[in-house]
Amino acid sequence: MALSTGTHAGALLAAAVLLPFVGMLLGVLLGGRQVQRVALACMPLGLALALGITVAWLREGQTLVYLLGGWAPPLGIALRADGLAVAMLLAVAAVVCGIGMYARADFATPPDVRESRAAFSYWLLLMAVWGALNLVFVSGDLFTLYVALELLTFAGVPLVCLAGSGETLRAALRYMLFALCGSVLYLLGAVLLYGGYGTLDIPLLAGAVQPGAIARTALALMTAGLLAKTALFPLHIWLPPAHGGAPAAASAVLSALVIKGSWFLVLRLWLDVMPGVVTWASAQLLAGLGATAIVVGSVVALRQERLKLLVAYSTVAQIGYLFLMFPLAFDATGNVLVHGAASTGGLLQAVSHATAKAAMFMAAGLVYAALGHDRIADLAGIARALPVTVLAFVLAGIALMGVVPSGAYLAKKLLLDAADGSGQWWWTIVLQGGAAFTAAYVVLVLGSALRRRSAALMQVKRVSRLAEFAALLLAVGSLALALAALGPLPGHLVSNPLAPKELAMTLLVLVGGALLALGLSRAPLLAAPRPAAAAPAGRLRQAALALGIACEQADRLVRRWSFASIGLLTLAALFGALLLVGRAT
Amino acid sequence: MTTLLSLVVALLLLWLALWTVVARDAFVAVAGFVVYGLLLSLVWVRLAGIDVALTEAAIGGGLTGALLLGAVGRLRGTEAAAAAERSGAGTRAFAALLSLGVTMVLALCVLALPEPAPTLAPQAADNLPATGVGNPITGVLLAFRALDTLLEAIVLVIALLAVWSLAPDRFWGGRPGPRYAADPDGVLSYLARVLPPIGIVVGLYLFWAGADHPGGKFQSATILAAMWLLVQMAGLGDAPRIDGRWLRTGIVVGPLAFVAVGLLGAWQAGAFLGFADGWAKPMIVVIELALLPTLVLVLALLLNGAPARNSGKMPAGDGGR
Repeated sequence: MALSTGTHAGALLAAAVLLPFVGMLLGVLLGGRQVQRVALACMPLGLALALGITVAWLREGQTLVYLLGGWAPPLGIALRADGLAVAMLLAVAAVVCGIGMYARADFATPPDVRESRAAFSYWLLLMAVWGALNLVFVSGDLFTLYVALELLTFAGVPLVCLAGSGETLRAALRYMLFALCGSVLYLLGAVLLYGGYGTLDIPLLAGAVQPGAIARTALALMTAGLLAKTALFPLHIWLPPAHGGAPAAASAVLSALVIKGSWFLVLRLWLDVMPGVVTWASAQLLAGLGATAIVVGSVVALRQERLKLLVAYSTVAQIGYLFLMFPLAFDATGNVLVHGAASTGGLLQAVSHATAKAAMFMAAGLVYAALGHDRIADLAGIARALPVTVLAFVLAGIALMGVVPSGAYLAKKLLLDAADGSGQWWWTIVLQGGAAFTAAYVVLVLGSALRRRSAALMQVKRVSRLAEFAALLLAVGSLALALAALGPLPGHLVSNPLAPKELAMTLLVLVGGALLALGLSRAPLLAAPRPAAAAPAGRLRQAALALGIACEQADRLVRRWSFASIGLLTLAALFGALLLVGRAT
Repeated sequence: MTTLLSLVVALLLLWLALWTVVARDAFVAVAGFVVYGLLLSLVWVRLAGIDVALTEAAIGGGLTGALLLGAVGRLRGTEAAAAAERSGAGTRAFAALLSLGVTMVLALCVLALPEPAPTLAPQAADNLPATGVGNPITGVLLAFRALDTLLEAIVLVIALLAVWSLAPDRFWGGRPGPRYAADPDGVLSYLARVLPPIGIVVGLYLFWAGADHPGGKFQSATILAAMWLLVQMAGLGDAPRIDGRWLRTGIVVGPLAFVAVGLLGAWQAGAFLGFADGWAKPMIVVIELALLPTLVLVLALLLNGAPARNSGKMPAGDGGR
């Protein structure tokens, strides 16, 4: 039996994976009110573990490794935590704690029953999602990663339909079926790789893999499968109904956390398993899908009438943003993907999105709870009634926009630098345009929320203070990421945010956003009727409305089953073809 | 001769797969799928993968088939609407061409796989003595890749939680499915009295033999769960309340014991899920023993479905076990 079990602090990785699962199992065993107590007790423990892993990683200065059972790969399984994994572990632990604080009000067991379905299921599934994500981040084996994906899917699907209506059940089934199609493609790829190279361990595989038919097919299939699970446009068939229909505390889990699992796996595959198989053209396709997601997702988001659906469609756009890093991560030869500024930027983007999007869904949920509806047009007066909630929404929006000071700002800066450095100017446009779109829907919501109300606001329910502050905490955390990230980043990247150039850029993004919101929103943003003299503006508005309707129709078309399933295989075929012929040199 | 037989079976498999995909009637498709699973297990036997064959027959053909048949029963009313939904000829032709293309690429990849195939089998065989078990599959599942097995057991528990979460709120804690009432002198009751003793012996034998021969807890659990369901369907027993203390314990005992053994390994052998010298075999037996009730309960309860009523007609305490 092998004596070494990896690096010194490796055991912490196993603990981080097991803690949520053991919490879940104990919850099933104890039942009733204990479920919530066990889950809430696990949260600080898990956060402490994540912090411990971070400290150990910083101290050891290398990837943490743990060999399970002392069996070394390829026979055994290793858990590994590099910088990417450590950052995601920490971010997820923090977001889970925030969501836990928020959900105490929504998913408490009612006093008159011993155990309630919604509370029992929610807390157990939250634990399961957490454990599955930790496993995704630290697993060093492609099959264990498959198991992690399954855990994530099976824990995520029932969260969608916790409300129990027929509509959410349909959304959950849609999610499950499409996610399982993605799983099958991933598994096919893993089987091919095992058949070709006799190992599923990531470093061993990375050393052995050759750009040939097997590796290309495997990468194409696995990428397409994972994109389906991540809901990258045009494979987002399941996302809007699922994230828009689930209870807010569940939407926050799904939107902030669950989709990051499969995204992270694409990152692992492209950068760590097969960095030499990836081609320039395939990376352009991946980021191109991302750019399309930003445009279509944002425009459709602006045309929503309900706040939760707006936030759900903004997730479609933000997922696109997460894929912009891939063409920017090539090394100087343009043939191999490397960890560097672009991957750091992508990671920061993911962490910012995880925190800010959780806060946004929470805020939307609080608005819904307070008003009994979440029609954007009828939000007037809410800023006065729920100032903390609206503040959380706006701060989360600012954090997502990538204006100073936020984690997403640093992320955008890193990606912009990488785009400049590699001469891919077209991604600069997408990066800045994406920020303007994000600004647009924040302006849209804020415009409605700040409006004065003639009659008194009807509040159907008092919302929990704790829940409001949980949302605010996550939003502030997303902004504060900039400070946390300053330490490890090279200093020249961060210029003075108050310098005229930076301020002008911020202003440009905000003005661009305001114009987009004016043009694309369904109802006119400014309530006062326009005089007929503004004919040119009217024509512009008509063009914008036409664009909006076109995007909505495109969205409706690609979210049909026939289109989505054909799209899945077509994307696999396209990636395969581009991996074959798309070499830059 | 054997080549000819293989060829016939392969063609039959392909035809059945196609049949399952194109069948418009859900029941017909499920029937095709079950036969496909059974035929596939024959193929595994021919490839000398007896363990895989047993699992495929039990889980792929049997359990999945039963679940799908249950689903077909519930979907009867929507079948006409589903059949009316049909994509245009162009879409279907494109989808068929695309699928064919992907299949061709996969086939080419399989042909391009290195010969002889790179394998970990010799390494697994070399290290098997350290685990004290004779069946290399058991060695892989419970020593070399024990983490995957532990996680798979947890996946099953999560799947059960997912099914339960679909229950109407008022039935939470109640019993799943209808209360079956069969003719006490009928053939079903007869079978439900005669078969379980045999099934239990066969199931336990498969479980015990799994250490050194093909078989193991999964196949065994499927048979035991089937026996329990047979008793329920004959009206001789009732499905259990899902909030029962013993039921909940049985559901989690497997993974929790697995984790406990893993922690013992961390203490004794210095690695989570590791075994100190001489302890491997007894610890593996402990894990398997603990996983058996978990698997039997979860598989049976998955088939039972979400809670749908508050109590059985039988007096409390008489149901289930």
